[in-house]
Amino acid sequence: MIEYRSIGKTFADGTEAVGDFSLQLPSRTTTVFVGSSGCGKTTLLRMVNRMVDPSHGQVLIDDVDIATRNKVELRRSIGYVMQEAGLLPHRRVIDNVALMMRLKGASKKEARDRAHEVLETVGLDSSLANRYPAQLSGGQQQRVGVARGLVTDPNILLMDEPFGAVDPIVRDELQQELLRLQRELDKTIVFVTHDIDEAFLLGDQVVILKKGGEIAQVGSPADILAEPAGDFVRSFIGLDKGHRKLHVEERNGSRIVVDETGKATGVLSE
Amino acid sequence: MTWFNANTDKVWDLLLSHLWLSGLPILLGFVIAVPIGWFANRHRRIRGTILSLGGILYTIPSLAFFLVLPSIIGTGFLDPVNVVVALTVYAVAIMVRSAADAFESVSPAVLDAATATGFAPAGRAFLVELPLAGPVLLAGLRVVAVSTVSLVSVGALIGVSNLGSLFTEGYRTDNDAEILIGVIGIVGLALLFDLVLVMAGRLLMPWARTPRRGRSPVSPIMSFAQHLRGGRV
Repeated sequence: MIEYRSIGKTFADGTEAVGDFSLQLPSRTTTVFVGSSGCGKTTLLRMVNRMVDPSHGQVLIDDVDIATRNKVELRRSIGYVMQEAGLLPHRRVIDNVALMMRLKGASKKEARDRAHEVLETVGLDSSLANRYPAQLSGGQQQRVGVARGLVTDPNILLMDEPFGAVDPIVRDELQQELLRLQRELDKTIVFVTHDIDEAFLLGDQVVILKKGGEIAQVGSPADILAEPAGDFVRSFIGLDKGHRKLHVEERNGSRIVVDETGKATGVLSE
Repeated sequence: MTWFNANTDKVWDLLLSHLWLSGLPILLGFVIAVPIGWFANRHRRIRGTILSLGGILYTIPSLAFFLVLPSIIGTGFLDPVNVVVALTVYAVAIMVRSAADAFESVSPAVLDAATATGFAPAGRAFLVELPLAGPVLLAGLRVVAVSTVSLVSVGALIGVSNLGSLFTEGYRTDNDAEILIGVIGIVGLALLFDLVLVMAGRLLMPWARTPRRGRSPVSPIMSFAQHLRGGRV
């Protein structure tokens, strides 16, 4: 379990990214931080592997204050997937993936074997293993990024807008892939996005943030849709635009699901 | 040609001394300048000062420098060490700026990712920053190499033998062939250094030649060149 205990972060230039934030992230579930830019979601994520240290308060992993842990050791125990994959351009795909194993002291062979295994897990053809990142498509690079995050089989996986830079079709594919992986692997995932649809799709627990890391609402997607806490949430999740209020209409004998604006969005299955 | 055939051994000796008189400063200059450039890039506030200092060093006239050095470092007047030291200073002066630019060219996102995946600071500097700065470092080193090879010839004026000696001697004895051989030798040596550096770059940085996709910064000329070579752009 990851726990934020009344943490805050003010950067050296005086900007307050997070005011006062407390939350528990249950193990083996996906928690999604969602909000517009400047809501502190990335700052919150980066506190988990000490890429950012809080100005006050504590972050605990399994009841241990991570401020007491060595930064480098801590990072090697946590998977991290970032926007645009962040792969090392001078290392081949296989070495990018094997890297964290090597840093943790695995032998070259052991690291490579494991890397091949994970590449397969994320659905990448082994023929790509010896390419350089620049020779892959954006979607393939992102898969390599996910493989790199999973290679040491960490309990925690941090994902910072990992699918933000790929086109919608590939994003869809990667999201489904992540859902499949999560069913198999059961990690504690912390996911950051500005896309509420992505948040609802992937999150067991969704945290909607206002400016300065203020929590607008926490809950399961269903809870949030059923009882949005105020106008901010209502508007953020799109309830005020009519796309999410659906009703059923009869058309030629089949029952069609229609939104408030009159657009047909699906068929009701019998 | 007759002069060359009669003096092959002499030209060969001069070529060899020219080789080490330039090779050593190039190597030393690189080794000294890279950490300074890395440091300058890390500390934004003093970056400007360090780079200007390099610029000023380079403006010292070489002949004057050769003459003053013995009294500073206590070497003999005809000691070739004077030339090596002076040229190393020039090499550092040019290379520091290239090195600072080279480290600046490394993508901050990649460095961030490297830190997040658990590189310790020293590991990151040597295994990520240095290799990724490679292409720009190489470009700087090629300039240093050519400039050093040509500067060595000035050493002939203070009596340190190298291919430049063919100029001084040829001028004194009114021997155009000798001067021409000197020019060819120096240009040839400069081209040789450049070729070796380019080959070393290809060998050590195969990734730098792979065609890039997306928004990576590629100059139009580069993409055109890649297009001509039949690579994907």
